[in-house]
Amino acid sequence: MESTRAKALWIVASVLILIWTIFPTLWILSLSFKEPGEIGQNPSFLPKHWTGVNYRTVFKTDLFTSALRNSIIISLVATLVGVVFATLVAYAIARLEFPGKRAILSFALAIAMFPVVALVGPLFNLWRNIGLYDTYAGLIIPYVSFALPLAIWTLSAFFREIPWEMEQAAQVDGATTWQAFRRVIVPLAAPGVFTAAILTFFFCWNDFVFGISLTSTGRARPVPAALSSFTGASQFQQPDTAIAAAAVVVTVPVIVIVLLFQRRIVAGLTSGAVKG
Amino acid sequence: MTISIERPAAPAVARPELSDRLRSERRLGLLLSTPAVLIMLLVTAYPLVNAVYLSLFSYRLTAPNERHFVGLSNYGTVLSDSLWWQDVLTTLIITVITVGVELVLGFGFAMVMHRAIFLRRTVRTSILLPYGIITVVSAYAWKFAFDLNSGFVNQWFGLGNFAWFSHTWSSLFVIIFSEVWKTTPFVSLLLLAGLAQVPGDLQEAAVVDGATAWQRLRRVTLPNMKGAIMVAVLFRTLDAWRIFDNVYIMTVGAQKTETLSFLTYRQTITRTAIGLGDAVGVLLFVSVLLIAAVFIRGFRVDLSQVRGGR
Repeated sequence: MESTRAKALWIVASVLILIWTIFPTLWILSLSFKEPGEIGQNPSFLPKHWTGVNYRTVFKTDLFTSALRNSIIISLVATLVGVVFATLVAYAIARLEFPGKRAILSFALAIAMFPVVALVGPLFNLWRNIGLYDTYAGLIIPYVSFALPLAIWTLSAFFREIPWEMEQAAQVDGATTWQAFRRVIVPLAAPGVFTAAILTFFFCWNDFVFGISLTSTGRARPVPAALSSFTGASQFQQPDTAIAAAAVVVTVPVIVIVLLFQRRIVAGLTSGAVKG
Repeated sequence: MTISIERPAAPAVARPELSDRLRSERRLGLLLSTPAVLIMLLVTAYPLVNAVYLSLFSYRLTAPNERHFVGLSNYGTVLSDSLWWQDVLTTLIITVITVGVELVLGFGFAMVMHRAIFLRRTVRTSILLPYGIITVVSAYAWKFAFDLNSGFVNQWFGLGNFAWFSHTWSSLFVIIFSEVWKTTPFVSLLLLAGLAQVPGDLQEAAVVDGATAWQRLRRVTLPNMKGAIMVAVLFRTLDAWRIFDNVYIMTVGAQKTETLSFLTYRQTITRTAIGLGDAVGVLLFVSVLLIAAVFIRGFRVDLSQVRGGR
């Protein structure tokens, strides 16, 4: 079928894509092992002197350690809440007949396209008035609502594929709708829910606009926002290498998730993205 | 709960008498949807209405007592300011180039993932790295790579002391570069799903008829994945139109790289010029509506086809 030459071309192309996707991570990794003093002195890709000093710096910086804690807690809670809400809606949309089904899907899609920054000003004022400014809840609420559309669409696509006869069978056997949902459908739906959870987590972990607008201190500021105000070990040093070290630290969870759940993420992003 | 408000008003009742079973199904459906709909409304509807309202006032957070109604004059101020139009142009340039490059590159990636057998899994895994990596981290990585002090790009390409972030075009180049790197995987995965829809027998028939690879691409592959392409273009256009993170990290809007999102942020949060900033935000919102309308009505993107999205 395919000639050897064509095969070789596909392999070359694959290798090029690998380099393109991995390269910036390698670069930021390399930068994180340079001495802060090498900035401005050493224009090469690799460090002259490998050092772990930047990692010591970031883990001794309160701004970073509190931001890391904030990011982890906020992202996990938002993911949990968002996925629970999305699962309920997606189940209703896939299974039940009720008015407003299409409206909910369209509304979710509209929110996915919303220019987030246009809301930040009013939210900033509202949060300050009701005491949510610079708190975990102040970020969790917007994260949940903007991650919901993706989770709802992914999950309703997934739920349509579930063999629902099993639920009816349970109901014939005397289970209520709620029991059928909990005992029969939840185990079947778990993989899809898990995929939605990964995508939601990535969304929350990635956010910058809300993080920088709705927080001001280490109390609730998440990592991306904290990175942008990072000054390094002292204000007389270039913070570049320290920022690189912090960036590596927050990239590790991403790499782990991608390596472990590659197939689920691809399935989630493309699950019926185009009608099949 | 609040769902009871909606129920009596539902005109779409097909049968005058609902069985108990159907009625409880409706109640459950609305009940299950309530939390999600409520939280989405709280974070979008109220702030949006609030922004529209406040955009009619001259109002700075630093001088709350001087707040007074000015009608549409904030909009007049924004639309007659050359800065607004310059930012529109900058955002437009970034959007058009980003989406164009991503389509070509994403299609190439999708073809490789579709056709290559060796390394296929590895490529599919690695392509998710940019998708997962924080945009701010991507912005820093590329900023440091191009930067005069920390970067290696000038040394590698023999560019001497070229200061990338001191000129508009070179700054935009790096911003677009980072954006393309980060979001091409999303495009390529959508296009890969589209490629899988192209009927294999059509391809074979074209080969039998002696079509060249280029002809097969143009006449068979692309027309059959038009839906996937349009969905990718729509999502990425609206996404690129809102670009913020890369601009903030790389240039803070300097060298005429300010985008509409950044302008809104600067007016509302940095300058706390609430009235004026909200007017900019509302205009940004309207521009998104216009773009979406053009795509959905003009290009007939069938959104009922979108299920995954982003």
